[in-house]
Amino acid sequence: MSNHAEMHDGEHHEEHHGYGFFTAIWIGLIALTALTVAVAGVDMGVYTVPIALLIACVKSMLVINYFMHIKFDNVLVKWFVIACGVIFAIVIIFLGFDVFIGD
Amino acid sequence: MGAIAETHEHDQEHGHHDHAGHGYGDNSKLYIHIFRDDLGSKAGMWLFLFTEILLFGGLFFLYFGYRVADPHAFHDAALELNVMLGAVNTIILLTSSLTMVLAIVAIQKNSVKLSLFYLVVTIGCAFAFLVNKYFEWSYKIHHGVYPGSEELAARPAGEITFFGLYYLMTGLHTFHVIVGAVILSVCMAFIIKGHINKDKYIILENSGLYWHLVDLIWIFLFPLFYLLH
Repeated sequence: MSNHAEMHDGEHHEEHHGYGFFTAIWIGLIALTALTVAVAGVDMGVYTVPIALLIACVKSMLVINYFMHIKFDNVLVKWFVIACGVIFAIVIIFLGFDVFIGD
Repeated sequence: MGAIAETHEHDQEHGHHDHAGHGYGDNSKLYIHIFRDDLGSKAGMWLFLFTEILLFGGLFFLYFGYRVADPHAFHDAALELNVMLGAVNTIILLTSSLTMVLAIVAIQKNSVKLSLFYLVVTIGCAFAFLVNKYFEWSYKIHHGVYPGSEELAARPAGEITFFGLYYLMTGLHTFHVIVGAVILSVCMAFIIKGHINKDKYIILENSGLYWHLVDLIWIFLFPLFYLLH
């Protein structure tokens, strides 16, 4: 199986994941959605926004790594995504200096 | 058309022996007439997705800028959005992301019918999302809450901004859902015609990337607009 699969998918360097694997990821995502809705009902003052964002970030990591296959992708694509993330972070952080601590 | 069919047949015949020759591995075996660069396609798709992330990223930044300026108005305005509808739409999109991935798994296993089935479910989820959105928006518009309405103009500035951003960002996202559904329909036609098959499914993978991005954006839209109150 593995030999045959590798011949076919030289570019993936990995065996393909099956239906069950992705369904497990989906269950995780649904659970996190339930968590974020449940947590929204609790008043946590200044932590409300960071916690909602943290859960959203964990969910997006699951989507990017597994559904979008980045974890198993070619190293070039991986670095593409990391570089984009860094550039995006720089833009946001420096814009943030200006907007949020301007006065 | 004839040429494509011929190439395709050729591809099938040799597919099992010379796959190392496709793309970047062993160039000595490269078949010029069926040359493909799957990695290049994928890299190009990601570049496009970055522009999308920057587009929505700018809007998210705008949201935070105004939220910090007037957090109370954002709290009050968010109370008016229906958490239930938002949560249902989240689950619909997450499920459609799953069936999208499963459609790719199926085509990798050469289960053409199963792959088409999963794509139908994915497109069905897109329509369910749109129907949901239609009811949500028409409810809001019915109550006079839409950009430029008199009802909204009488409210505090922060709430006007909130609903302006709400319509802009969820509207732009909904537009992406419609585009995604069209792209996936084209993929279905390609699978039926055999242009997307077990050995050549990069178009489906890239369409899937687009669809996951739509899901990804919603993952952030949902808590920011519906839950933070």
